[in-house]
Parts: sequence; structure tokens; C-alpha cells
Amino acid sequence: MSPHDGKHAHPHDHGEPGLAEHHHIHAQLPSDPALRVKALESLLTEKGLVDPAAIDAWVELYESKIGPRIGAKVVAKSWTDPDFKQRLLADATRALGELDLLGNQGQHMVAVENTPQTHNMVVCTLCSCYPLPLLGLPPAWYKSAPYRSRVVIDPRGVLKEFGVKLPAETKVRVWDSTAEVRYLVVPERPKGTEGMSEEQLAALVTRDSMIGTGQALKPGAAKP
Amino acid sequence: MNGIHDLGGMHGHGPVAPETNEPLWHAPWEARMFGMRRGGTLPPGYNIDRWRHVREMIPPDLYLSRSYYDHWYMSYVAALLDGGWATAEEIASGHVAPDGAKRNDAMRPDQVWPAQKKSGVFTRTVDTPPLFAIGQRVRARNIHPVGHTRLPRYVRGKVGIVHLHHGGHVLPDANAHKAGEAPQHLYTVAFSFRELWGPDASARDEACADLWESYLEPA
Repeated sequence: MSPHDGKHAHPHDHGEPGLAEHHHIHAQLPSDPALRVKALESLLTEKGLVDPAAIDAWVELYESKIGPRIGAKVVAKSWTDPDFKQRLLADATRALGELDLLGNQGQHMVAVENTPQTHNMVVCTLCSCYPLPLLGLPPAWYKSAPYRSRVVIDPRGVLKEFGVKLPAETKVRVWDSTAEVRYLVVPERPKGTEGMSEEQLAALVTRDSMIGTGQALKPGAAKP
Repeated sequence: MNGIHDLGGMHGHGPVAPETNEPLWHAPWEARMFGMRRGGTLPPGYNIDRWRHVREMIPPDLYLSRSYYDHWYMSYVAALLDGGWATAEEIASGHVAPDGAKRNDAMRPDQVWPAQKKSGVFTRTVDTPPLFAIGQRVRARNIHPVGHTRLPRYVRGKVGIVHLHHGGHVLPDANAHKAGEAPQHLYTVAFSFRELWGPDASARDEACADLWESYLEPA
């Protein structure tokens, strides 16, 4: 099919350049975001567009319930349960759904395994897509211009800044989260962890190791 | 749009600066802004794609100089103005105008967990069979839509291999502009660094992007 016929004719020409004009207001507002955000909360509350108690509930959810320890448990389970690991790598959406671990910004999941042959890293070059239900909120560096610009052209240079040096023969595969699929890196299980429990192993799984900018901790290096 | 948000492959933004023991919020207002965006009502048509588009229309100087949750503030304000749900005076004062409309359907605290668990499913049935098969060579089309798109510039015109097929997904290019969900087959395409960055790049490394069918042509 030619790109110019039928339903595949450019469905991409929906521009609304006028939208940009709504950003002109920012030149007239205070520079301090604390003041502006406080005014916005007050306005939205008065208009009935937000319930401050719902703001509290969202904050509480991500401060105390949803964070990288969830992903770490999944990785540790994959290290100790070969059947689960196989299901996770074959169809992460199904495997995580069975554990009730899907959710907003993580309804469609792919898990990729780091091995001596292949090192996977995750980015969203266009915005900030991140597997929230498994890792919680992304760190500031993940959303920053330096990481988003460089990791797809110089991943080994970025890794050095995280203290990770890969052998030249290891392939680096960078996953750019440009759609609604979210990626979880399953780091390599460290040597010397034979016989450790799932809980002990989970303590070795760092957030960065599940993004691919780090590796799992060696035994004895886990924080208390 | 060929905007400042499309950062992949740029030089000059400096080193990545991971923080030791980074806090979840760097100031209390960040937490309020996060909760406001997740729990607040947005004007009609403000799905995730339109939200991303209004964020990428932040002027480039502000996009690069203001922090992440300030982007959320600027985007929320632009959405309210775009939808006619607030005036510039109301945004500046923080108070509703005497004749301003009020609603009573804001998300309640007991609706937060269901929203977290249930929202954000983007798979849809597509009636046509997939045009491309896993392992097939495809070229990302050299197109430059002025509206929202999720086809990053650094892959346009480049040849890759279809690595995964995800079934039908909502098309952001349409969904961002109130043009319906227009679902299409979605693929992960793997591009070698040599293809993306030329003969000096690593012969082993590759980048994968998730691309909708109309972003691709046979190669």
C-alpha cells in the first residue's frame, strides 16, 4: 500500500498551533512556582475542579505505597522462580496482571533481561514515560534533557556517569518509550547470592538497575 | 511538531546528574502540583495525548529552564485557558471570578485508588491485519507533522527491524487533537546505531522505539 492512499493517508495533520498562545500568560505570572501552584490549587478548589483531600490521597499513594520496592520484588521473584521469569519475559502484562501489579502508566508492560550479552536501558526521549506502578515516580535525572538527549546516542557515556562500565562486546539496547508500553529491566542476578531468600534478593535490586542505568548490588552492599 | 521536547540525539545538554538519596519532591509545591494533575478535572479532550502536546508547546526557553512539575503547572494552566474553564485574571488571582462557573464532580479521595488501577488502558481492536511482521525491515517515514506525534526525529527516514508487535493502540496523533482514537497496530522497531548515527557509531548497539503503523513503510 502506498503511504498516500486509503486509511493510511497522513492521519497526522491535526496541528493546532494556536494552542501555543495559551503559554503567553507565563510571562505575566510570578516566577516563584510555589506562589503560582498555591494560587492554582485555590482556584481549582473554588471552581470545584479539585478536592484538596484527593490531592493528599495521590501524594500519600506515591509517598507510601507505590515505589521501586514493588519492582524489586518482581525481579527477585524472577531470580528465584524460573517459571515466573519465563512468563514475565514472554508476556509481562499477563504475568504482572496475575500479581495485580498493573496500573496507570503501566497497563501494557514488557520486561527485558540484562545478560552478559545484552544490556538494556529505558528512556522516554519525548517526555517522561516510566512504569509508575512498579517503580513509583521517576527521578529528576530521568526526566532531564541530559539523560533524554544522550542515552540514545551515547548510552555507554551515560552509563559511565552512573559508575557502570560494560565490556565492549556487550550489546546495549536502549528502549525509547514512545507509546503506552512501559519497560522493566530485569538486572542480572549478582554472583554469590545462591541460597538467598526472595526478600534478601529484593534488597539488592536498585531502582536504577530496573531502568538499566545501574546493576544490582553485590551481596553485603544492600542498605539496611 | 518538531519541538524542543524531541531531545533524542542532541548534544550540549551537559552530564546526567543523579542525586544521592534523591527526595520524592524537591519542594512541597511539587507534591501539590502532582496531586492536582492526577486528581483534578481537565477540560473535555484533555486525554494523556493532548496533555503531552500542550506540554511540548511550552516555549523552548521555559521548557529547558523550568523544572518538571512547573511544566505540569504551565500545562494545566494552558489546558484551562484552552478549554475556556478559567481566565488569565483567575489564574493570576487564584480566585474564581464572581460570575465564574463552578462544578461539583471533582475526584474524591476514595476514587484515587480505582483511578490508579483502572485508567490508562490504550489497547484497542483494529479490524485490519498488521501490515508488518516481526523480523521485517521497515523505514520510519520522513514526515514532519505540525501537531502531536510520537515519531521522534532521530528515527525518521531510518531503516529498522520490527522487533515486537503490540496489537492495536490508540493513535496519539489523532487523540491529541480531538480527532478520535483512530487505533492502529503498534510495533517496536529496532534501529542499529550505525543506521541512526553513521559509520563511527557502535556496531553492536541499538535503539528501539514504539511506532504506529502509519509511521512506517516497507523497506
